[in-house]
Amino acid sequence: MAMSGARQSLGRSAAAHAILITYTIIALFPVFVIVINSFKTRKAIFRTPLEMPDAESFSLIGYQTVLKQGDFLLYFQNSLVVTVVSLTLVLLFGAMAAFALSEYRFRGNSLMGLYLALGIMIPIRLGTVAILQLMVATGLVNTLTALVLVYTAQGLPLAVFILSEFMRGVSDDLKNAGRIDGLSEYRIFFRLVLPLVRPAMATVAVFTMIPIWNDLWFPLILASAEETKTVTLGAQVFIGQFVTDWNAVLSALSLAILPVLVLYLIFSRQLIRGITAGAVK
Amino acid sequence: MALGSYKRPVRWHIAVFLAPAVAIYTAIMILPLFGTLQLALFTTVDRELVFVGLDNFRTLFGDVRWSDSFWNALVNNTWFFIIHMLVQNPIGILLAALLSSPRLRMSAFYRTAIFIPTILSFVIVGFAWKLILSPIWGIAPGILDAVGLKSLFAPWLGKEEYALTTLALISVWQFVGIPMMLIYAALLSIPDEILEAAECDGLSGMAQFWKIKLPLILPSIGIISILTFVGNFNAFDLIYSAQGALAGPDFATDVLGTFLYRTFFGFQLQLGDPNMGSTIASAMFLIILVGVSIYLFGIQTRLRRYQF
Repeated sequence: MAMSGARQSLGRSAAAHAILITYTIIALFPVFVIVINSFKTRKAIFRTPLEMPDAESFSLIGYQTVLKQGDFLLYFQNSLVVTVVSLTLVLLFGAMAAFALSEYRFRGNSLMGLYLALGIMIPIRLGTVAILQLMVATGLVNTLTALVLVYTAQGLPLAVFILSEFMRGVSDDLKNAGRIDGLSEYRIFFRLVLPLVRPAMATVAVFTMIPIWNDLWFPLILASAEETKTVTLGAQVFIGQFVTDWNAVLSALSLAILPVLVLYLIFSRQLIRGITAGAVK
Repeated sequence: MALGSYKRPVRWHIAVFLAPAVAIYTAIMILPLFGTLQLALFTTVDRELVFVGLDNFRTLFGDVRWSDSFWNALVNNTWFFIIHMLVQNPIGILLAALLSSPRLRMSAFYRTAIFIPTILSFVIVGFAWKLILSPIWGIAPGILDAVGLKSLFAPWLGKEEYALTTLALISVWQFVGIPMMLIYAALLSIPDEILEAAECDGLSGMAQFWKIKLPLILPSIGIISILTFVGNFNAFDLIYSAQGALAGPDFATDVLGTFLYRTFFGFQLQLGDPNMGSTIASAMFLIILVGVSIYLFGIQTRLRRYQF
C-alpha cells in the first residue's frame, strides 16, 4: 500500500514536471530564437535558425545597423524619463491619497474611494479623443510631460486601491504614539507609515511600470515626434522601415527585450511575493 | 471621540493628502472620458461643432459605410475574448494547480520563466511571432517538419480564416502568466487544515481539486474573467504591431481598438474624425460598462465567499 502510494505520487510529480517543462519551453522559445539569431550572419539566420551562433556564423552587423540608423539611445532615455517620473508621481500621490482614505474618517470617504477605484475597470484609452484635444489646447503634444500626466492618471487608481488595503493594516498604536510625541500628520505619514508599507509600494511599482514601459497607444498618438519617441514606439517604427533587413530587425527586438528582462529578473521575487501576499484578492 | 459632539478644526491635511491624486485623476482621466462621451453627440460642420443627439450612433450601427466595419470589429473582438476564456484561463488554472503542489521542486524557476512573456511589450511579441510564423524564415514549418506534420503548415497570419485566431493565441501565450499567478495566490491561501480534512475523507489529487479547491478559487476566476474582458475589449497594440492599422488581411483581425484608432486618428488618405472616434469610444465604454456591471451585480454577489 505504501509502496504503490509512493510510486503513484512519483508518477504524478513526473507528469507535473513534464507539463511545466513543456510550457516553459513554449514560453521561452520565441525569445530564445530571436536573441540567438540576432548574433548571426544573414546566411546563418536562414540556413540554421535553431543553432547557436558559432565562430563562423557570429556577426554583430544587425546591432551596428540599429545603432547607426535608429536613435535608440535617445528613445531609451525618453522611456526611462517617462517611466521613472510617472512611477514616482503614482507612488507619492497614490500613497498620500491612500493614507487619507485609510486613516481618517470624514464625510464622503467611501464615495471618494469608489470614485478613485473607477479607473481600475474603465481603461483611460477610451478618453483618448478628449485627451488629445486637451494636450493640443495646452500645447503639450509631442512633449514627455503629456505622457507623464497620462500615465500618472492611469496608474493612480490601482495604486490607491492596493496601498489603502495595506495601510489599514498599519498599527494604530504606533501612529497614536507618534501623535502623542507631537509629530504632525505629515510626519506620521512620511516617517512612520511610508517605511512600513515599502513592500506594497514595490508591488505597485512593478505593476505600474510594465504597462507604462510597454505602451504603444499614447506615444503613437500624443508624442510621435522623433525627439519624444519611446523605445516601444521607436522599435515599432524602426522595424517597420527595416522589415527586409532581418539582422537589424532581430537586433532591435533583442535590444528591446534585454532591459525589461534584466529588470524583471531583479524584481521577480518582489513581484511574486506581492501577488501572493493577497494584494489582488 | 463621538463625531459631531464638538466642532473639530478643519483638517486641512486630509485635503492636502488627497488633492494631487484627485486633481490629476480627474483632469486627465475622468473629464476626458466624459468629454469623449459628449463629443460623440456632436458633429463638425465647417469647423463648428453641431449638436446631433444620437445621430452618430445611428450612423455607426446602421449606415452601411460604418456599420459593416463596426459589427465586424465587434464580432472579431468577441471571438478574441472567447479564445482567451477557453484557452488562456484553463491553461492558467492548470499551471497554477501544478505549481501549488507542496512538494514540487523548481517551482520558482517555472513561475519566473512562464511569466516572462507577460512583461514583454506587444511590439516585441507581435514581431517575434510574425517572424517565427513567417514562411520566409521557415522556423514554424521546420519544426512541424521535424514532427512529420509539415502539411499542416499555412501562413497563419496571412490567411483571413486563421489570422484572428492566431493573433488571439499569441495574446494567450503572452498573458497566460496573469491567471496563473492570481490562481496560484488563491490556491496558496487555502488553509492546510481544509486540505488535510479532505485527505482524511479520502479526497486527494484530481478529486480534491474539483471538489474542494475549485469552488474555493471561484472568486479569483471571476476576477480574472473580468480583467480578461476589459483587457480584450481594449486591445490594440498587438494587432497594430503584427498586422498594422488596417488589421489585415482584409480587416480579418480588426477589433474595436484598431477601428477606433483608424477612425479618429486617420490613416493613409482618410482624415481623422474625432466625433465618430468618440462615438466608437463611447460604444466601447458601454460594452465594458455592461460587462463590468454583469460581473459586479450578477456574478460577484452570488459567488460564495469563505472566511478562513
